[in-house]
Amino acid sequence: MENSPNTYTWMKTYQTYHSVYDPCPPLGTRYYSTPPNLYLGFQPPNLEQFQPNKALKKGTLWPILYDYYENPYEKKRR
Amino acid sequence: MWKYEKKLQYPVKVSTCNPTLAKYLIEQYGGADGELAAALRYLNQRYTIPDKVVGLLTDIGTEEFAHLEMIATMIYKLTKDATPEQLKEAGIDAHYVNHDKALFYHNAAGAPFTATYIQAKGDPIADLYEDIAAEEKARATYQWIIDLSDDPDLNDSLRFLREREVVHSQRFREAVEILKEERDRKKIF
Amino acid sequence: MEQLPQEYYQLLEEIQSVDFVIVELTLYLDTHPDDYNALQQYNQFAAYSKKLKDNFESLFGPLEQGSLIKNTDYWSWSSSPWPWQV
Repeated sequence: MENSPNTYTWMKTYQTYHSVYDPCPPLGTRYYSTPPNLYLGFQPPNLEQFQPNKALKKGTLWPILYDYYENPYEKKRR
Repeated sequence: MWKYEKKLQYPVKVSTCNPTLAKYLIEQYGGADGELAAALRYLNQRYTIPDKVVGLLTDIGTEEFAHLEMIATMIYKLTKDATPEQLKEAGIDAHYVNHDKALFYHNAAGAPFTATYIQAKGDPIADLYEDIAAEEKARATYQWIIDLSDDPDLNDSLRFLREREVVHSQRFREAVEILKEERDRKKIF
Repeated sequence: MEQLPQEYYQLLEEIQSVDFVIVELTLYLDTHPDDYNALQQYNQFAAYSKKLKDNFESLFGPLEQGSLIKNTDYWSWSSSPWPWQV
């Protein structure tokens, strides 16, 4: 695991070319998800765990695999 | 054989009466990367894959049926008290004329479920790569539904389901490593 | 039809939490069959789940096929509400 979840985002961005002839105003930054399972490799033993009720809420027992998702375009509309 | 448990895997709550969301959710019921396709894909592959990963396919395939029941619960709760007029406003009128409020295995665009959604190549690596891709596609579908939904309680359940795709993908990736027999050679994590 | 008390939801969520840990450990152990710590944790949670379900079933009826019927003197397995209705 090279990337610590604290300093790293699981959401990546890219830009698209906007032509003067494009009919709609530019949407701006595009987003795509690169969740932690792409980086972990074979899971090592004895990793930190969530408490059972928290694990259920998070959808995984292991914080290292947790990735909260929200609509990345939502903030921009407001 | 399978045993039914009289409980959902995760509590499903829906806070707003917005049947339009049911129209989106049906994608994960009878769509190409939905929970039915996932369950049938993994359980079918078990018979021809090396014994080392049969347990994983069995357990993930079984969990997918629990997810199918969660999706059905969401759709049921969103439509059960809606009038035909409300369903029409929600754009579910075409579904209604054929099925009333019955759930049906089709995708959000109304295309019926088909076995061609499920590949079975018999080659263990090809099949596991298909499974990894299926998990990532299902994860993406949940993202697009969350993007369209403004129901916080529903999104909470959808985030649970999306996270399960992340974990399943992780385990399938490990299954590939097991079949590559590289696991004991690489001790550096 | 009579609505379920809040206690039903609380006790059920406790079971859902413990059973979720079991699901997670199961998938993990499927690819890590030699992890003895995980195996022990699995056994702990499996035993705890049995205990919680035993109590829940005596109050609200059977959760799975093969459970003892302890809450009623009739066949409460097939009684409502079902999981998608609660």
